Amino acid sequence: MTTPVFRTSGLTKVYDTGKVTVHALAGVDLNLYEGELTVLLGPSGSGKSTLLNILGGLDTATSGHVWFRDQELTGLGDRALTAYRRDHVGFVFQFYNLVASLTARENVQLVTDVSKNPMSPAEALEMVGLAPRLDHFPAELSGGEQQRVAIARAIAKRPDVLLCDEPTGALDSQTGVQVLEALKLVNDELGTATVVITHNVAIRKMAHRVIRFQDGRLLSTEVNDRRIAPSEIEW
Amino acid sequence: MVMHALDRKLLRDFARLWAQALAIAVVLACGVAALLTSFGMYQALGDSRDAYYERNRFADLWAPARRAPLSLLPTIAAIPGIRTAEARIEGMVTLDLPGREETAVGQILSLPASGEPLLNLPLLRAGRLPEPEAVTEVAVNAAFAAANGYRPGDRFFANLNGTRRELTISGTVLSPEFIYTLGPGAMMPDNEGFAVIWMPERAAAAAFDMEGAFNSLTVALYAGASPAEVIDRIDTLLDRYGGTGAHGRDRQMSDSFVSSEMNQLWTMTIVLPPIFFGVAAFLVNMVLGRIVALERSEIGLLKALGYSNAAIAGHYLMLAGLTAIVGIFIGWGVGAWLAHGMAGLYARFFDFPYLIFQGSWAVYVVSGLVGLGAAAFGALRVALAAARLPPAVAMQPPAPPRFRRGFSDRLMAGLHLSQPAMMILRSITRWPLRAAASALGLSMAVAVLAAASFFNDAMDKMMDVTFGQANRQDAVLIFTQNLPESALDELRALPGAMQVEGQLTEAAILRNGHLEKHVGIEARRPDADLSRIIGAAGGVVTVPPGGIVLTARLAAQLRLAIGDEVEVAFLSGRRETVHLPLMATTEQYIGLGAYMDFETLNRMRRQAPQISLANLTLDDARKAAFHRALNDMPALAGTAMLTDMRRSFQDTIRQNISITTTVYITIAVLIAVGVTYNGARIQLSERARELASLRILGFSRAEVSFILVGETMVLALLAQPPGWLAGLGIAWAFTQGVDSDLYQIPFVIAPSTFARASLIVLLTALASALVVRRRIDRLDLVAVMKTRE
Repeated sequence: MTTPVFRTSGLTKVYDTGKVTVHALAGVDLNLYEGELTVLLGPSGSGKSTLLNILGGLDTATSGHVWFRDQELTGLGDRALTAYRRDHVGFVFQFYNLVASLTARENVQLVTDVSKNPMSPAEALEMVGLAPRLDHFPAELSGGEQQRVAIARAIAKRPDVLLCDEPTGALDSQTGVQVLEALKLVNDELGTATVVITHNVAIRKMAHRVIRFQDGRLLSTEVNDRRIAPSEIEW
Repeated sequence: MVMHALDRKLLRDFARLWAQALAIAVVLACGVAALLTSFGMYQALGDSRDAYYERNRFADLWAPARRAPLSLLPTIAAIPGIRTAEARIEGMVTLDLPGREETAVGQILSLPASGEPLLNLPLLRAGRLPEPEAVTEVAVNAAFAAANGYRPGDRFFANLNGTRRELTISGTVLSPEFIYTLGPGAMMPDNEGFAVIWMPERAAAAAFDMEGAFNSLTVALYAGASPAEVIDRIDTLLDRYGGTGAHGRDRQMSDSFVSSEMNQLWTMTIVLPPIFFGVAAFLVNMVLGRIVALERSEIGLLKALGYSNAAIAGHYLMLAGLTAIVGIFIGWGVGAWLAHGMAGLYARFFDFPYLIFQGSWAVYVVSGLVGLGAAAFGALRVALAAARLPPAVAMQPPAPPRFRRGFSDRLMAGLHLSQPAMMILRSITRWPLRAAASALGLSMAVAVLAAASFFNDAMDKMMDVTFGQANRQDAVLIFTQNLPESALDELRALPGAMQVEGQLTEAAILRNGHLEKHVGIEARRPDADLSRIIGAAGGVVTVPPGGIVLTARLAAQLRLAIGDEVEVAFLSGRRETVHLPLMATTEQYIGLGAYMDFETLNRMRRQAPQISLANLTLDDARKAAFHRALNDMPALAGTAMLTDMRRSFQDTIRQNISITTTVYITIAVLIAVGVTYNGARIQLSERARELASLRILGFSRAEVSFILVGETMVLALLAQPPGWLAGLGIAWAFTQGVDSDLYQIPFVIAPSTFARASLIVLLTALASALVVRRRIDRLDLVAVMKTRE
């Protein structure tokens, strides 16, 4: 578990709105490792989501460097970033972002249509415990179920990394646990390096590694000796 | 093959948006149908005409003469540039048709002794051409035979130069010279009362005293030959034999009418479809823009999943493409149906042996591609903007629209408007381009309506001037040659004749510098009451002695202003050339008129007063006796029964106008529905939260509806003035497009036409907005407030 999957050095992101300049990331150096489940903690505006967006190829850095394995992401063009996202990254968002006009199976198919070696949509949905809900539309699913569809969609392509932005943010504790269990299962079974952003400090206990952010800077990194199961997390 | 999930989303989105998509598709369909019909018929008419002319060797030049020796023909044929020259005998006869009360008229054309003519080959429809040696056998035009129920073997009587002769129909034919057949003095085809008669040369020569001579020359030219040079040489040769000037196809009656119809179709092709395609493109842009705004987060998601920019742009282009495809198919269906109807209409007025609509697949492809192009044009900017959305930004909710206090706010504050009225006006000023485009779309609906109803007003004016004020006679008798004015006394003695007035018409060329025009100069006694000249400002114009009066169009063509001198070269008799001042211009919609004082014209020709036709009013009770008497009149070349003509003209025009008006009202309503329905749906979608909040705050349904319907109606009201202006523009373009030497459509629109157009569009807009308003009643207040924008 010592090979880094992501490496950043001096990573900086500045949002310039004309009147105000905001340093969302102010020179971040960090490593994330293959097979690990990492939790990023920090208050709103601390730079967690910006980091996740840059790692996932959704956004570009103002300065500094990011490597995914041996490939430097900074400096890649739109076309190369699109290919990178398609081939390597799975995303899970706070608001699920399912396509309302597609069923659970079809939402997953959106990914399998464009990836090289995907599992079948049914297989991915079964992994997150949704085998009986394959042909339901998002409006017919609960919030937790929708988020699990989103996870199934993210893992169906067998991504190298799974990036989750507040995956339980919109859920109550019970459904939140179901979602976290799905994430842990994927990390355990497929060995997918997983990064989870959360406000919920309790979730840190299930991670291999916990990274804290404040004001765009890395505050601390700790490694959990003993991880607990999602069901043991006190919400 | 398994369908891709993105394609499935496309189909489901399309199914969900069906009402809006259909509203757009129908507008697009109007464009496709209009293009298919007008351009398709333009091509069909052109192709049919060209094929017909080619196969039946339609002549390039015609030259009438009084009596030229056949021995002149080789000299004419030797003129460089002439491929074929053919001499023939032409003459007018009155016909006595069994079972018909009114006198009919026939135009006789000789057939060469060899049988078939070299040029203007008649196309046999039934029976056979007459035997060259036969004396009483003739072929007649098929339309005349059909209208009177004649078949080969039937007989009728003709007054051939004073001798009543029975003629037997050997066959019926079509001719490229008579695709559109108009008798002397007629304004509409009258197949029952006018015949074209092909008679063997020998019989025709005997009847018209033309042995060894001809009075009509037809010529085919080599490609590249100069018609003007050949015309000059022919005119020189025929001058001493009473030639009145050779002319090309431009002055051939039938060809002029076909060309004029093609001009009209071309004008329609240029004016109408762009309106529909423009409105459709705008609607696609507006609706797709809203969809992309609503699907921001989905777009961001697709990008996060690794879909390329091209795939996303393509996805939204396809949505527009599906709409376009539906519109194109509807348009093809409607267009094919309209073209079929139009072909039927043409079959009534034009005698083509076939109407080639074979270029049609090309027209289908072109109209389909233009339809797709319009939709793509409307969608492209939006689709590219969707593709360019950075994925991280796309997943954030959009910033609320920025409202700023501006001049209009101070104005509104000054007016003490209610909050809902304020919301309406702010929304319009916040998206001024979209509001302007919506208003423009609605103004096009007003314009189409005003322009369509304009024909009604124009035809009323045309009928009033032509038949109500200028031509008030019941009948016109046209003589084969000029008669002394004293002949009017004999006409007064005809049974049933009440008022009788004479008129002299002399063929002449009017020249101003290098500009020249062949015309018939008309002259009547100043007290003439039956046929009068109407001035541009209304009122009767009396031609002052010593000058000439021209229609404004003719004066414009010759670039003459009042007071300018015009050279008049008479084409008959001593062929005098005189110079006359232009004294006045008149408004006249049919034909190009030139007028002189009766005494002056006769004096100029150095002749005792002569007349070439007579205008009469008749006692209805004695009409039968009147027509019987005409059958025995030798010098008669034709009769025109104005009362019948008036009625048939009016009927035809009314019928055509009621068809076109219905079509245009439908079109305008479809445009208005397309624009207002989509506009209101988008407003509702953008404002659902606002409107629901207002309902929660205690606003009634009616108050909330006012905001939605109010904006639509404000835009509809704003659309009226530009709509009227655009309607005037389209009407003007139509009058210019159909303007020909044959007729002109007056540019008049009654105020009531605008009022009616506005009323129809406002009511349609209101109805469409009210349909969308019903959705406010179904608004789930709680759900709307929970949805994330």
